[in-house]
Amino acid sequence: MTWILFLEQCLNGLQFGLMLFLLVAGLTLIFGIMDVINLAHGSLYMIGAYLVATFTQATGSFLLAVPLGLAATAVIGMIIEVLVLRGLYKRDHLSQVLATFALILIANETTRAIWGLQALTLNVPEALSGSVQLLPGLHYSAFRLVIIAVGLVVAAVLYFVVVRTRIGMLVRAGASNRQMATAMGTNIKWLFTAVFGAGAALCALAGAMLSPLLVVQVGMGESILILAFVTVVIGGIGSMRGAFIGALLVGIVDTFGRAFIPPMLKTILPPALADAAGPSLAAISIYLLMVIVLFWKPQGLFPAGS
Amino acid sequence: MKKKLLCLALASAISLAAQAADKVKVGFVSTLSGPGGVLGVAIRDGFQLGIEHAGGKLGGLPVEVLIEDDQQKPDVAKQLAEKLIKRDKVDFMTGIVFQNILQAAQATVLGAETYYVSPNTGPSDLAGAGCNPYFFAVSWVSDSYSEATGKNMTDKGYKNVFVIAPNYPGGKDVVNGFKRYYKGNYAGEAYTKLGQLDYAVEISQMRAAKPDAVFFFLPGGMGVNFLKQWQQAGMNKDFPLFGTGWSFDQDTLAAVGEPTLGALNTSHWNLDLDNAANKKFVADFEKKYGRLPNEFAAQGYDAALLLDAAVRDVKGKIEDKAALRKALEAASFKSVRGAFKFNKNHFPIQNYYLRQVVKDDKGRFVNKTAGTVFTDHQDAYVSACNM
Repeated sequence: MTWILFLEQCLNGLQFGLMLFLLVAGLTLIFGIMDVINLAHGSLYMIGAYLVATFTQATGSFLLAVPLGLAATAVIGMIIEVLVLRGLYKRDHLSQVLATFALILIANETTRAIWGLQALTLNVPEALSGSVQLLPGLHYSAFRLVIIAVGLVVAAVLYFVVVRTRIGMLVRAGASNRQMATAMGTNIKWLFTAVFGAGAALCALAGAMLSPLLVVQVGMGESILILAFVTVVIGGIGSMRGAFIGALLVGIVDTFGRAFIPPMLKTILPPALADAAGPSLAAISIYLLMVIVLFWKPQGLFPAGS
Repeated sequence: MKKKLLCLALASAISLAAQAADKVKVGFVSTLSGPGGVLGVAIRDGFQLGIEHAGGKLGGLPVEVLIEDDQQKPDVAKQLAEKLIKRDKVDFMTGIVFQNILQAAQATVLGAETYYVSPNTGPSDLAGAGCNPYFFAVSWVSDSYSEATGKNMTDKGYKNVFVIAPNYPGGKDVVNGFKRYYKGNYAGEAYTKLGQLDYAVEISQMRAAKPDAVFFFLPGGMGVNFLKQWQQAGMNKDFPLFGTGWSFDQDTLAAVGEPTLGALNTSHWNLDLDNAANKKFVADFEKKYGRLPNEFAAQGYDAALLLDAAVRDVKGKIEDKAALRKALEAASFKSVRGAFKFNKNHFPIQNYYLRQVVKDDKGRFVNKTAGTVFTDHQDAYVSACNM
């Protein structure tokens, strides 16, 4: 193992963590503020990816397609909030889970009806398709560097909005004590619609940034859902800071698990056993992380309102 | 009086059922929705074109195809198989895409002594000790494609190969097929989680391991993710990439595009195979569906032609199961893959070709046949079959 490879795997971990952060930022925003378990989060991510891919094909420009896709997904999110979720805030989580699960099925079949079963193509814009030499011998994909940058910018912007602005104050107030916030005259109804729209736009951003790396097809939303929930649970449900730290932690643990556990086992176990155990152990590393975190911190690392 | 009428109705119903023998009923259970639905749709489209080319009939008899969607769920497939066999009393079954789905339905189908023609999945146990007189595969055994890739890489003189596959029994099977024919060393092996999204870690490992080529088996969306990331990491400039034909079927090429260019893969069929049946199939498929066919469609098409030939050979007497088996075994149809015959385990003896992804004169990404890897290849399991 050379130090170049180690450095590269560190970058991979950082990149995967920030990719996860893009995926969970919207989820944790919606859960923290609206107290809604939104299983259809993955569907909004899928819709965002499809819209950005379609706009890219129509306009010929990825840069133009991203804001269009974000805006369109935000509008779709707000329509869903008004039509479906509004009636569910007073109900328990089970009703929300059932309703948003239904939304997954509806979104999948609608997507299939509109775009067909074939996966869509969204390749990286030409300028970002190559790799960049960071150090002698260390080449890194330009687009992955962009993902790192976008992840960091989104984290900074969210931090600024939540901590430094009036909207952020309302959001935090709504998250820590909803009844009190209403009593103080906050229009929770429209705040929720706006938050859900913002969450949907974040999903679309994740879809836009990930679809050049991942396949754009029906059902892509479900493939990220478990990973997203694990990240949110580790970070602390509803906390933006928790989502950021949790995502980085999951990204780095998963990456290091895959990169270093199998070769390490080979040095201490007989080859046949190491071959069988290594990949399995690497695959469950993030779930082990979740168990350990929940054992010491049942609310996650940074519970909302702490 | 009422009782008499009822008896009459019953009698006429029974006689109707007896007369229904001059019609062939085919139960087609396949994955037509969800992420795996692309494959089922390709098989269905090929199958229906096959029936169309047989004059809308099977062996001269009117045909009724009952198409059902298993949603890639084993329990759904089993229920559908039971319904088709017990209620609809189908004469043949076909259509299933995935091995775990077939496993759920096969006891129902084969136990009822209904002939099943597999247009895709070919589990190795059904090719070996578990071979079954009622099971026929017009496709391959699940490790045949990787056997061909392994052979091709040995022939090409690669000595230090990196292998990547998902960590589940199907993935291990395919890698074992590869290892049976690849004789060189391994620069590394990575077994990833099923459904993994990001392959940056493994790609970094590959670059550091400096193999002279990479063999990957990552079915479905995993493979598309890997290919895109492979290209973005600039790996396509430094390392030749080999895969199975499933990762480079025409539907995938159309969807993924650029990142597949130049990749080498193995299959028993290709668009450009030079025989009259294939030319007609490819041209009519494109005319009917507006896209080029892939191997899954070709397998569906061949399944229809096999049924057509068998029903014709028994002159429509499909109740005679022993004669029907002989007719199926004879497989007297013109396959789109060229020469075709069944081995004693009811799996094909066939050629496997090397293909390379190129851009054709219309700017489409297609496979170009680049050589023959195996001629009249038999699978590794046939000797264990006592049939």
